[in-house]
Amino acid sequence: MIAPVADAVCLDAIAEVSWTELVAAAGLPEDELRELVRYGALVPRDPEAPTWTFEARWLVVAKAASRIRRDFELDPYGVSVVLSYLERIERLEAEIRALHARLG
Amino acid sequence: MRYKDYYATLGLKRGASADEIKAAYRRLARKYHPDVSKEKDAEEKFKEMAEAYETLKDPEKRAAYDQLGSYAPGQEFRPSPDWSRHYSRGHDGQAEGGFEDFDLSSLFAGLAGGRGRAGAHRAERPSAGSDYEAVVRLSFEQAFHGAEIDLELSVLEWDAEGGMRRVPHRVKTRIPRGVTDGEKLRVPGKGGKGTRGGPDGDLYLNIEVAEHPLYRVSGMDLYVDLPLAPWEAILGTSVTLPTPGGPVRLKVPPGTRAGQQFRLAGRGLARGGGTAGHMYALVRIEVPTVVDDRQGALYRQLAESSNFNPRAHLDPEVTR
Repeated sequence: MIAPVADAVCLDAIAEVSWTELVAAAGLPEDELRELVRYGALVPRDPEAPTWTFEARWLVVAKAASRIRRDFELDPYGVSVVLSYLERIERLEAEIRALHARLG
Repeated sequence: MRYKDYYATLGLKRGASADEIKAAYRRLARKYHPDVSKEKDAEEKFKEMAEAYETLKDPEKRAAYDQLGSYAPGQEFRPSPDWSRHYSRGHDGQAEGGFEDFDLSSLFAGLAGGRGRAGAHRAERPSAGSDYEAVVRLSFEQAFHGAEIDLELSVLEWDAEGGMRRVPHRVKTRIPRGVTDGEKLRVPGKGGKGTRGGPDGDLYLNIEVAEHPLYRVSGMDLYVDLPLAPWEAILGTSVTLPTPGGPVRLKVPPGTRAGQQFRLAGRGLARGGGTAGHMYALVRIEVPTVVDDRQGALYRQLAESSNFNPRAHLDPEVTR
């Protein structure tokens, strides 16, 4: 039997996940994820909306939050601080790649 | 089951205090955590030390572990009947020594705070499969057009003897077109198998795109050098530029300078939904390194007839 081909999905600004999907994928209690939203570590498309949706890229951040919470025994605020540094590192790495492209 | 020396895993002696155990774990977590570590075998090392900490940080689990006795790492052993009567809860048949398919950490799962974090084969409720992560290296063409690829991964799993081993995990997946270097993709349901009806985990792909001899990639945009001869830049010209979608004709206006960029809209990477990057042609002025007598004379004539000073801003009179 030939194994079916599975589609890989881009986790970009276009694809969207619901709050429920994010909670299920992150593996953190819902109230802790709400704290991360409150601290700005996770950003919904429309924070004022009655039901939040998120760009799919926040799925990776939510999973990282769960790992960091569990493995470093940090409270949600500590997790949000670590996530901000990880995000900064990713941005810097992307800038370096972009500069290499432009400068040749 | 096989014995694991949790104290040695954390670099501790038996009898270490709770504070020493915590400090040792935190020191090693900084070094080996997959989110921050570039160490070789970081994932495997982190799982081992996390399992050790899960047991030693809890007084009841630690006491149970200490009472097992001490064996050589990897040595086959079986808890004594006395140990089983005293410590084993929620596992049926242990008095008869039914531990063959247990891993060490699951012995303590019923104690204190509940389940250990890893490797138990007798899960008491549905458990989601692990998420896997893999690096996928694509050629520029594969990234630009999309590709079907066969992934043969080597993932960590707990074996029946309670040890960790690498097993093959094969996935065939379709990468969409227009993916970029550093991007993450998700393949739903292609991670580890869930147990007792739990959902399968996902596979996350970290994309790396190989360099192209001509195009440099920045996000969805492409950069290509546009070398011009001095007279082309001064007088203007028309050039043919290669793009991944086919050659295009570009009009270079008179007075074009080195470093100037020409944008070719929509000629970068493209993905479904109409999102497309652009291509940028970066002007470089190239000069002939060898000229004959006539050409040399013409250049001298040009130099004498021109007032152009590209270093006017460096003039000491100006900068004083």
